[in-house]
Amino acid sequence: MVQFQETLLNSTFAALSDPTRRGVLEQLWRKDASITELAEKFDMTVTGMKKHVGVLENAGLVATEKVGRVRTCKLGLRALAVEAAWIEKHRLLWAARFDELDKVVEEVDRKEKSGGRKKNG
Amino acid sequence: MDARKTADKAPTKKETSVKRNSDRELVVTRKFNAPARIVFDAWTKPELLMRWWTPKSFGISFLSCEIDARTGGSYRFQFSHPAMENPMTFFGKYIEVKPHSCLVWTNDEGGGERAVTTVTFEERDGATLVTMRDVYPSKDALDAAIASGSTSGFGEAFEQLDDVLPALKA
Repeated sequence: MVQFQETLLNSTFAALSDPTRRGVLEQLWRKDASITELAEKFDMTVTGMKKHVGVLENAGLVATEKVGRVRTCKLGLRALAVEAAWIEKHRLLWAARFDELDKVVEEVDRKEKSGGRKKNG
Repeated sequence: MDARKTADKAPTKKETSVKRNSDRELVVTRKFNAPARIVFDAWTKPELLMRWWTPKSFGISFLSCEIDARTGGSYRFQFSHPAMENPMTFFGKYIEVKPHSCLVWTNDEGGGERAVTTVTFEERDGATLVTMRDVYPSKDALDAAIASGSTSGFGEAFEQLDDVLPALKA
């Protein structure tokens, strides 16, 4: 099990060490794409892109499905887990910011109200 | 509204929600127990924004904060973090400013055309719902951002994974 995890980590690390492969993940995060579309976007041959996708697929970051003659790429389970972790991190940041913002707006609101009462009284 | 029934010191529980919409953009929403005018001020007046934008738990502090919240105006935030040698600067322009209801700004620190952030303020019964979303201005802009190798949050997450992985392997 430990060895399996280590292999998985090694393959993930290798998969992410390349800027094109990061770009592919970035692209797939927004929209599924075929190998041909990815090759065009990153200005490389279909063969070259197949290799990159293969590395990502072995690391569980990309999943592919062949329908007819087109191989469609989408995010793999491992990428989805990373994404979920990022969304949670994003949520924690905004939750922390908004808790502070809450204090600020309620304080301003309170001050205005007490100011208003003084004026009226 | 529930929020108004409770005393100031016991506001209703407000949750920050983050979700990914069909365009794979993140939308953050949160409700505040104050009129939109006050919440809007807290996003556009430096002395107020500086009090909440850098939560203490994240260890970031403001060095400077400039905001010219008018359509066509600009902003510039500078932060420091103990782990970073140089300060981080974030800047951009306000594309649209509708007092108390809407703020739209660009995020220009990465160079090139980047995501645009839209924040809306909807007041109802004295409370304000804030909705924030990051949107790319056009498909071309998005493609350009991808081609230039700039990283959105997702790319950033992968970079962080990169940092974490060697440690895990050790």
